[in-house]
Parts: sequence; C-alpha cells; structure tokens
Amino acid sequence: MAVGTIDRIAERAARITPFGAANRMRGLSDRAIAWIFIMPSILILLAINIFPLLWTVYLSFTNYRANQPGRPVQWIGTANYERILSSGDIWGYLQVTAHFVVWTMLIQVALGLGLALLINRGFKTSSFWTTVILIPMMLSPAVVGTFWTYLYQPQTGIFSYIIDVFANVGAVDMIGSIHLAPWAIVIVDTWMWTPYIMLLCLAGLRSIPAYLYEAAEIDRANGLQKFWYVTLPRVLPFLMLAVLFRGIENFKMFDMVVELTSGGPGSATELASINLKREAFESWRTGYSSAYAVILFVTVFGLGNIYVKALNRVKS
Amino acid sequence: MRAWKTAIAACAIAMCGSASAAYAQDKTITLCWAAWDPANALVELSKEFTAKSGIKMKFEFVPWTNFADRMLNELNSRGKLCDLMIGDSQWIGGGAVYGHYVKLNDFFAKENISMDDFLPATVYAYSTWPKGSKNYYALPAMGDAVGWVYRKDWFARPEIQAEFKKKYNRDLAPPKNWTELKEIGEFFQGREIDGKKVYGAAIYTERGSEGITMGATDAMYPFGFTYEKTPGKYDMEGAVNSPDAVAGLEFYKSLYKCCTPPGHSDAYMTEDLDAYKSGQTALQMNFFAFFPGIAKDPNVGGEKSGYFANPPQKVEGSTLGGQGISVVAYSDKKAEALEYIKWFAQPDVQAKWWKLGGFSCHVKVAGAPDFPKSTPFAGEFLKAMGSVKDFWQEPTYAELLQAMQKRVHDYVVADKGTAKEALDALIKDWTATFKDDGKL
Repeated sequence: MAVGTIDRIAERAARITPFGAANRMRGLSDRAIAWIFIMPSILILLAINIFPLLWTVYLSFTNYRANQPGRPVQWIGTANYERILSSGDIWGYLQVTAHFVVWTMLIQVALGLGLALLINRGFKTSSFWTTVILIPMMLSPAVVGTFWTYLYQPQTGIFSYIIDVFANVGAVDMIGSIHLAPWAIVIVDTWMWTPYIMLLCLAGLRSIPAYLYEAAEIDRANGLQKFWYVTLPRVLPFLMLAVLFRGIENFKMFDMVVELTSGGPGSATELASINLKREAFESWRTGYSSAYAVILFVTVFGLGNIYVKALNRVKS
Repeated sequence: MRAWKTAIAACAIAMCGSASAAYAQDKTITLCWAAWDPANALVELSKEFTAKSGIKMKFEFVPWTNFADRMLNELNSRGKLCDLMIGDSQWIGGGAVYGHYVKLNDFFAKENISMDDFLPATVYAYSTWPKGSKNYYALPAMGDAVGWVYRKDWFARPEIQAEFKKKYNRDLAPPKNWTELKEIGEFFQGREIDGKKVYGAAIYTERGSEGITMGATDAMYPFGFTYEKTPGKYDMEGAVNSPDAVAGLEFYKSLYKCCTPPGHSDAYMTEDLDAYKSGQTALQMNFFAFFPGIAKDPNVGGEKSGYFANPPQKVEGSTLGGQGISVVAYSDKKAEALEYIKWFAQPDVQAKWWKLGGFSCHVKVAGAPDFPKSTPFAGEFLKAMGSVKDFWQEPTYAELLQAMQKRVHDYVVADKGTAKEALDALIKDWTATFKDDGKL
C-alpha cells in the first residue's frame, strides 16, 4: 500500500472521530487507560472472590444460620473460633487430614520421581506407557472413589484377592477397618495423582541440558552423584511446585473420600473439608462453619506462603 | 400478497402453538421424593390424576443417601423446583417453623378431608407440628417402618431345623425378641448353604446420611431407649444414656460384630437389599417399603422369604420410616399441587396406591378386615406401625442426626470408647444444639 494511501486513511479516520471522544481520550494518562482496561476484571474478582471472603470473615463472628433467615443475627465475637479450637473432634479431623496430606505427598513424590526417571530413559514403548500412566489422573475423583469401593470389597474385590494371594491373610476389609481405612484413601489418591507428579518431574528432567551430564561424565561422576548433583537440583523446583499444588488440593480433598468411605468408619477418614461441609450444608451452622473455613484458609495460606519462600530459595 | 398472507397465517399458527404449549407447561407440577420402589408406583398411580385433571406430572427422584441433602438445600434456598414434596417425617418441624410447607388446615376443612380417615400414628408422625397438635403440614402418604425379612426356605430345611433345635433347644422360627434374633444371626454366620458361605444379618451401618441411626435406634427402642424423660422438656440425661439405652446400643454393636457379612461397615437400604437378594444373608433389616419388591424378586421372592416386625425386648418399638406429602410454600402452582393432594386423599385412590406397592395410611385401606392377609407382610406392617417411634422432628433435626451418626458409628463400627461414653457425648452434642436453638 502506498504511503499516500495510508495518509489519506489516517486523515479520514481523524476527521470522523468525534471531537469530544478524542479530547477525552487525549486527556487520559497511560495509567488511567490501563486502569480502564483492567477494571472489569478487578470488579469481577472483587465480586466473586474478595467480597465472599470478607463476608465469610464477618459471618464467622456471628451466630448466623442460612436456613433460618428470620432469626436475628448476633455478633458473638470469637465464640465460634474458641469452640472450634477447643473441640477435640475438630483436632481429630485435622489429624486425619494431616495424615492424608503428608503420606500422599511422600509416597507420590517418591513414586512420581521414580516413574519420571524411568520414562525419561526413553525406552522403546515409553510414550505408550506415559499415556497409560496418565489415565487415572483424567478420571473424575467421584468416579474413582466409587469404583474403588468395589475394588476394596472384601469378598469380591480384586484388591483383597491380590493381598490374600500374596500374604494369605484372608479377606481384607480396607474400608471397614479403622486402622486400614486411612491408608485406603492414601492408596487411591496415590493411584490417581502420582502421574501428575510424574508429569511435572518429567518436564524438569527434559529441561536439563545434556552438556551437564557430559561434564559430570568428564569429572568421572557415578550414577548416584549425577543424580544428586545434576538431576535433583534441576528437578527440585518442579517437584516442589507439584507438591505445592497437590498439597493444597489434598488439604481440601472431598469428593473421592466421600464416595469411598463417607468419612468412616466412625471418623477415621473424616477429613476437615468433609466435616466442614457437614457443618455448613447439613447442620446449617453458617457462622460456625465460616469460622471453620477461615481457620482452614489461614492454615493453608500460611503453610503455602512458607513453602513458596522455600521454593524461591531453592530456585535461587 | 398471497405470500405475505401465508407468512402471517404461519406466524399466527406458530404463536397459538407456543401459547398452548406454554399453557400446558403451566399445568405441569413437579413432585419431589426419594428414588425407590414406591416412587415408581406413584408415577404409575399419578397417570390417573393427569387423565382426570389435565395437570401433567413431573417427578424429581433423588437416591436416599443424597435425598435429605439435596431436598433440604432446595427448601432452604427457597427453590421452586418442587411443587409437592414427599419429605421425610423428621423434616416436618423445619418445614413448619421455617415456612417451607403450606399449612393445610383450611384446605382440609374446605375439601372435607379428615385426618380421622388416616391411621393416628401416621397423622402424628407425618403431618403435625408441634407434635400431636392439630396443625397439619402434610397428608400421610407412605406409611413405613423398619422391619425384617428372613429366608423362609432356609428356615424350613429339616437339617437346619434339627441343628438349630439341638443348639438352642427351640424351633428355628422368626424371633420373638432381640436375643433370639441374634442367636439366629450367629447360627447362620459363616454357615455353608448350597455350597455357598452365608452370613447372619444385613443391618444398617451407613455413616454418611442416616443409616446407622435408623438401624441402632431399631434395636435401642425395644430395649427402652427414649429421647427425653418428660416429652417436650428436652431432659435427656438419664433417658438417652439410661442403662436400657446403653444395653440397646451394646446389643446392636454385638449384632454388627457377630453376624454381618464382611465389608458391611457402610450399608444402608440398597446394600442390605443387595446382600439379601444375592443370597448372602439369612436376615435383612429394611423398610417395609421394599418388601413388595422382595416378594416379587426371582431369587428370593415368593415362598422363599418371610417377614416379621421388629421384635420386642423389654418393650415393643420400631423405627419409623415413611413420609407425608406437603405443598411447597415457594411453589407458583399451589392450587394444582393442592388439587393433587385432594385427589390422592380419596379412598379409592388410596386403595389403588396400596395395590401398586405404596403403603397407604388410609383407615379404609389399612384398617380393612382383609388388609392383614392381603400380602405376606401386611399384617406385620400393621403390627410395626402400632409401636413406631421416630427420631427428633425438631427444626434442627439435621444437626441432631449428624451428631448421632458420628457418635454411634464411632462406637459400633470404629470401636471407639464405650456405649455409655458415646451416649454421654451425644447428650452433650444435642444439648449444645438445643441451647443454640433456644430450646434450653
């Protein structure tokens, strides 16, 4: 297009632009224009994220019940918090949650890293096996919880059958035993989410330049030394990120465990999030459950922040 | 010009069509209930209502384990999904106090529907709030209680009879009390019948909704468990944790430990049905509502199964099931919903309801002389309904239920503490709830 033509188009555009609008835009700073662009997003964020959070904090200091709209809402100070923090039952649920989070993370990190190292060797059918390993991660947690109840069935389930074949211990009631049920949920979560850790580790492994290994070879490093001094430091940020994501997810785990055990037997697998849901939407103790939610939020937020600082240190 | 006329005519026809569709849409009401056998019978029965009134029926059925959760959320959020609700008996307090249900007194008076036409126990349990008052929020729709099914064909085998008599010095027959019931469970536990290992009893142990509470109270009521020492006073100390209540709960745990199939730690209606129908257990605890289906079952139906009401121990007592039908206060089609209740209350409709598999509460049906012999379980149903007891029907029932689910499951299934400790803890939970609700 000739220069003359472009000039003519620009001139015409300037002529048809209303004077008022042009003046108004001309008067705005870059910062103001930037604000205009991001304001809708900020408003949406405030409406659906920040406001509910602040509202929850407010409700946590009241006796509000969402199913009793006519009941006067009273400010009860920190009574809900005191009640929660002095409840042995709630500490029990938090212990169950901690057991679940810690063990799933430990086992999944070990298995995920191991699988990633194996897949990264690039053997003949590694692509096929990568796809197969990823399948559990793509399923719905509720579906996974439901079908594992059948696998764990002591009389007809394949899990019990396999254990019996190898250990000759008869029918194993994974879900009905208070000692085994906490491990039953760890096993299912590990089966489902180890591929996720593996995937992130694999991304880390694939990002390590080959010359680092060549340099290690020249320095006559053995396999363990190469893993310790080359592989692990490079994969660690990826691994820590995976642990952060999975840790937060597992702290609020709900659907899979509800389908699998409903929190039982007794309260052996009653995670904090399951109990919170019971309080909020079955018992309708809205103020109380708001305080409960705030405590869980602060816990996750606090632990997450400490972890992110550690992650940044590892990265630097 | 002709083309224009054709187009205008087509538009007019289309508009008339959509208007009549909208009108038909308006004449549709939605009935909400649990997804189970009687609900299918009600669908069949309601076709007659549509034929007579021109009002179409839509049904929203939710599986039992999610029923309370789903429907109470619907009511609490003032949803318009349901015009008619066949809600659980325990919801009546909340339905009345929170204004979810329409009060039906004026409607009953106007339409000459008398509550005297329904079994008194069902009117008390399904319709009234405060309990026993003349304020009606539902019409008794489905009478029910927890009862028992047993393998009549196994009981009849001479070799089994002989062995049982040798061991217990009495005939193997439906139990007269809970001690006998447990003995039968122990007798069958692990026994081989027709080359297959069988177990004693399928009982309620479910944790998530209301299962273990319905099961445990079924044992505790006959042992003498009550909720209060003085009705209406909330004086639970000495009633909820009385020696009789403790004995009942201990007995239920012993039944769970001795006589249930492996993996029966989270079982409710469906799981019990599955265990029984697949030939795993000699006894099954379940609601009478399922008995017509069992009677027709190709594996365990007909003469293979017998039925008995919950056995007594110190006193008679059965856990109440069943529901009343209410008009939802947030419905835009209350007139149509009331028309359905008017139709449903008629004796001939109630008789058909019973024939199709619903448990009518109408005295002309359930009180008829030939009723006890009309099915193999009808007589036992009447017997059970004579001694039914229900869980708290307070507006805070869900909170009270959650506490009992936890305490009882902790003790019975998870072996945590003693029965006395579980019931003491339950009193603490319930006291806190009642205090919070201003009742104490």
